Amino acid sequence: MTYLADVAALARKDLKVELRARDTLPAMLLFVLSTLVIFHFALPSDTGDDAAYGLLWVAIVFTALLGLARAWVPEHEHGVLDGLVLAPCDRSAIWLGKTLATLAFLLAAEVVALPAFALFFAPLNATALVAVVLVDIGICAVGSLLAAMAAAGRARELLLPLLFLPLAIPLVVGGVGAAISPEGGRYLLLLALYDGVFAVLSWASFEYVVTE
Amino acid sequence: MGLAIVLALIVAPEDLDQGVSQRIFYIHVPIALTAYFCFGLGAWKALLLLWRGEERYDLESYVAIHQGTIFGVLTLVTGSIWAKASWGHWWLWSEDQLVLFLVLFLFYCAYFMLRFSLEEGPRRARSSAVYALFGVVLIPVSFLAIRLAEGLIHPTVFTREGPQMSGSMFATFCVSWAAVTLLAYVLYRVELVGKRLDADLRELREALR
Repeated sequence: MTYLADVAALARKDLKVELRARDTLPAMLLFVLSTLVIFHFALPSDTGDDAAYGLLWVAIVFTALLGLARAWVPEHEHGVLDGLVLAPCDRSAIWLGKTLATLAFLLAAEVVALPAFALFFAPLNATALVAVVLVDIGICAVGSLLAAMAAAGRARELLLPLLFLPLAIPLVVGGVGAAISPEGGRYLLLLALYDGVFAVLSWASFEYVVTE
Repeated sequence: MGLAIVLALIVAPEDLDQGVSQRIFYIHVPIALTAYFCFGLGAWKALLLLWRGEERYDLESYVAIHQGTIFGVLTLVTGSIWAKASWGHWWLWSEDQLVLFLVLFLFYCAYFMLRFSLEEGPRRARSSAVYALFGVVLIPVSFLAIRLAEGLIHPTVFTREGPQMSGSMFATFCVSWAAVTLLAYVLYRVELVGKRLDADLRELREALR
């Protein structure tokens, strides 16, 4: 039980920091909306809905990257991470707390982005919405681990997309498939499998990434 | 290796369908399998590093992945040539093995970026190890994803028939495979020895300073 309490406390800390500083979420919102507008002009006017669905996932992945790049910045600037690592809690709780906080930001950005997408391009069905949630979980689980890795490097803003995009390819495949294929359920299974496998892997390996 | 080339070029009977171009199969497929094997070995060493915490596994894992990437590039090139010769295109997105290798190539390039941007030390070793482990999990997941995506573009399900090779073709294939694996192993040892000498030399220099 203390584990969950630790996780909740850490996630709450991130949300509070964001509520006070408002660094990340407005940027993500603005970014995802401008991306959608750019996509409108990038697509020829007679393109079908399928192309638009594809671009939705590009927008989501890049918006998430924007949020993830900021995820560990407060910790790094003020040396909080060292304190957290020394704190008497399981290290993986730090990862889970960060994942939940990033997930909250991403979902908040999508609450605006998805209706905007439906308005500008094409309606989304229930399968696509489930896929969005599954993809978000996968992105945040893998991304918060990779962001912690990249934050220790020299060029962290450059490093994170390089580390993250190859791992995001199955997520994009699953998301696009769920949105446009008649048998979306198989793609949802793929996404669930991805989430499960990579969440366990990140959870287990986070400790090695942050300890000196 | 020489024996493998002779066998592949002369002894093995030509494939009726594809003619001469089929002979690249004896190089391409062993290289691809060796690349997988190197990635797997790298991940295994990475796991050992995280488990036992011995430093030497870091270098071994790195060298294995380095070899894997080199063989991966060779796979992409030979696969591309084969694709051009037998299907008339340099690149086919519907060929899932090729796409998988492209994904893996990108992934392992990122691995090198990660390594070179972190400060040397146990933290770099562990971060690289974690990323290498991610890679080996990514292989089956992407394979599944690419298979699914291919079904989306080409609704007809084509089942690949089993190893339809005559005895001498299969023997040639096995010899090539053994030769490429041996080559990879020799390269692995050579690079490992070189890298270790490098590290020892650096230590000595530091000590003398």
